[in-house]
Amino acid sequence: QIYKMAKNTNSTAFRRIDVDKYSEDNYKEDVDNETVTAGPSENEVMSLISQNKQLDALKYVLANSPLGNKNQAVRDAALTLALRVMLSFKTSQIEEAVKQLDYEQRDILMKYIYRGFEVPNEGSSAQLLVWHDKVFNHSGVGSIVRVLTDKKKV
Amino acid sequence: MAASIQKVGPAIPIQCHAWSSDRQTIAVSHNDKLVELYKQQPGGSWNQTDILDQHDLRVNDIDWAPNTNRIVTCSADRNAYVWVQGADGKWKHTLVLLRINRAATCVRWSPQENKFAVGSGARIISICYLDEEKDWWVAKHIRKPLRSTITTVDWHPNNILLAAGCTDFKVRVFSTYIKEIEPKPSATEWGAKMPFANLMAEFSNSPTGGGWIHAVAFNEEGTRLAWVGHDSSIAVADAPSGMVMMKLKTNLLPFLSLLWIGPNRLLAAGHDCVPVLFHVDSAGKVSQGPKLEEGGNVVEATAAASAKNMFKNKDRLGQELVDSRLGTTHQNQINSMRILEGNKVEARRVSTTAGDGALVIWNLASGALAVKLTALKI
Repeated sequence: QIYKMAKNTNSTAFRRIDVDKYSEDNYKEDVDNETVTAGPSENEVMSLISQNKQLDALKYVLANSPLGNKNQAVRDAALTLALRVMLSFKTSQIEEAVKQLDYEQRDILMKYIYRGFEVPNEGSSAQLLVWHDKVFNHSGVGSIVRVLTDKKKV
Repeated sequence: MAASIQKVGPAIPIQCHAWSSDRQTIAVSHNDKLVELYKQQPGGSWNQTDILDQHDLRVNDIDWAPNTNRIVTCSADRNAYVWVQGADGKWKHTLVLLRINRAATCVRWSPQENKFAVGSGARIISICYLDEEKDWWVAKHIRKPLRSTITTVDWHPNNILLAAGCTDFKVRVFSTYIKEIEPKPSATEWGAKMPFANLMAEFSNSPTGGGWIHAVAFNEEGTRLAWVGHDSSIAVADAPSGMVMMKLKTNLLPFLSLLWIGPNRLLAAGHDCVPVLFHVDSAGKVSQGPKLEEGGNVVEATAAASAKNMFKNKDRLGQELVDSRLGTTHQNQINSMRILEGNKVEARRVSTTAGDGALVIWNLASGALAVKLTALKI
C-alpha cells in the first residue's frame, strides 16, 4: 500500500542529477542561429575527381564544408570526401593546388589535414604530410593555431 | 641599437610592468606576490628601491597614474591596492574591496585618474572611484552580458567608456559613468546614452573561430578599437563608419599585447617574442608590416662537449646539437608592452617585458627601425 503523503519522495531519481551542470558559474555557450551547410555532395565530388578536376573538387569540398555543424555524421561524411579529394592528387600537383587557394580556404584545409591525421589508413598520412608542408609554407603557424582555437570544427 | 635589454632583477618571468611619469622608475612583478620598484642609475643599471608587499597571491597587473603618481595593483588574491607615495618616499597602501570571488586579472587607471577598472575571473568588471567623504575606494560592478573571465581593459579618452576583452571571445565597450564624481558625458561615435554599465558595442572575435581576447586598445581619439585574439588574429573596429570591424588572420603565433604607436599604426607582441608592426588604412583594413627585428632560429648550435653528452642529447632530445636559443632579443613570450616615450600618436620608444624576465626597450626612431616604419606605406 503506497502512502499518499510520501508520494513525492518515492522516486530517488533526484539523487542522480548532476548538480554541477546547473551551477550558475558554468560558461554558457553563445546561441548560434547561423545556418550551417549540410556538407558536400558525394556525387558531385566523385564526378569532379573522375573528370580529373581535382582542384575544382578541392575548392568544392572546402566551400561546402559543414563547419560547426552539430551533426557528427554530417561532419564525418564531409571529412571522408575531403580526404578522398586530397589523396586523389599526385604528390607533385599539391603545391600548385595550394597556391590557388585563398587564406580562408587554406585554414579550412589545414583543419581537414589534422582530422585526416587522426584516422590514418594505407599511407594516407604520408600524403597528408606533404599537404601539411605546402599549406604551412603559405599560412604559417597561424593556421595551425586556428585549428586548435576555432570553435567551429570540421 | 634599436633594441636594448635591461636587467631588472632576476631572470624570472615578468608578469607585468608600469612606468612612473618621469620614466626613471619601473614597477615590475616577477610572477609572485611582490611588486618591485627599480630606479635607473646614471650608469644604466637598475637598483631596487622599494618592494610593495601586501598581496597574498600572484600580482596580475600594475598600473601607474602619471599625474597623481598613484600605483594600483591587482592580484589573484581577489584584491586591489592603491599605493600612494608619502613625503618620506615610502609607499603606503589602501585596500580596495572589489567584492569579487575570483582572481583580479587586469587593471587600468582612467585618463583623468579618478577611477580605475579591474577585470576579474568572476565575470565582473569592478569600476572603482574614491569616495571623498569616507576616504575609501568604492567598487561598482559591470556584469551583464559578460560570460567569462575579463582578460584586458582599456579606457576611451573621454574617461567614461571602457573596452573589455574576454575569454568568451568577445570585445565589448561599456559606459562607466558615475554620476557622483563626474558630469554627464556628451555623445561620442560609440553612442549617446551612457548610463553606468550600458553596453555600447559588442564585437565577436569568433564567426568561425574563437580565440580568447588578449589585449584591447583604443586609438588616440577613441574612434577606433583594436584587439588581438588567441586565434593569431588582429582586428580593428571603426565606430564612425558604423562599427565596421576588420579582422586579419596572421601567419604568426598569437599576440598577447597591443599598442597604438601612430594614428594608423599598431604594434603587437606575443608568443613570437618580437613586436610586429601593423598598418590600418582609412577603410579600417589591417595589413601586416615588418617585425621589429629579424629573428628566426639562431644559426649556430652548440655541439655537445663530449661524445657521451652527444649520445645523451640524442637520446633525450632527439638531436645531437642543443640549440634552444631564439634569434630574437626576447627568449620567451612578450606579455606586456608600454609606451616609454611619446604617445599613441607618435611613440618613439616602447618597452616590453617577457617570460624570460628581461625588459627590452625598443627605439622606434632609431635608424633601422625608422626606415622600416617609413617604408610601411601610409
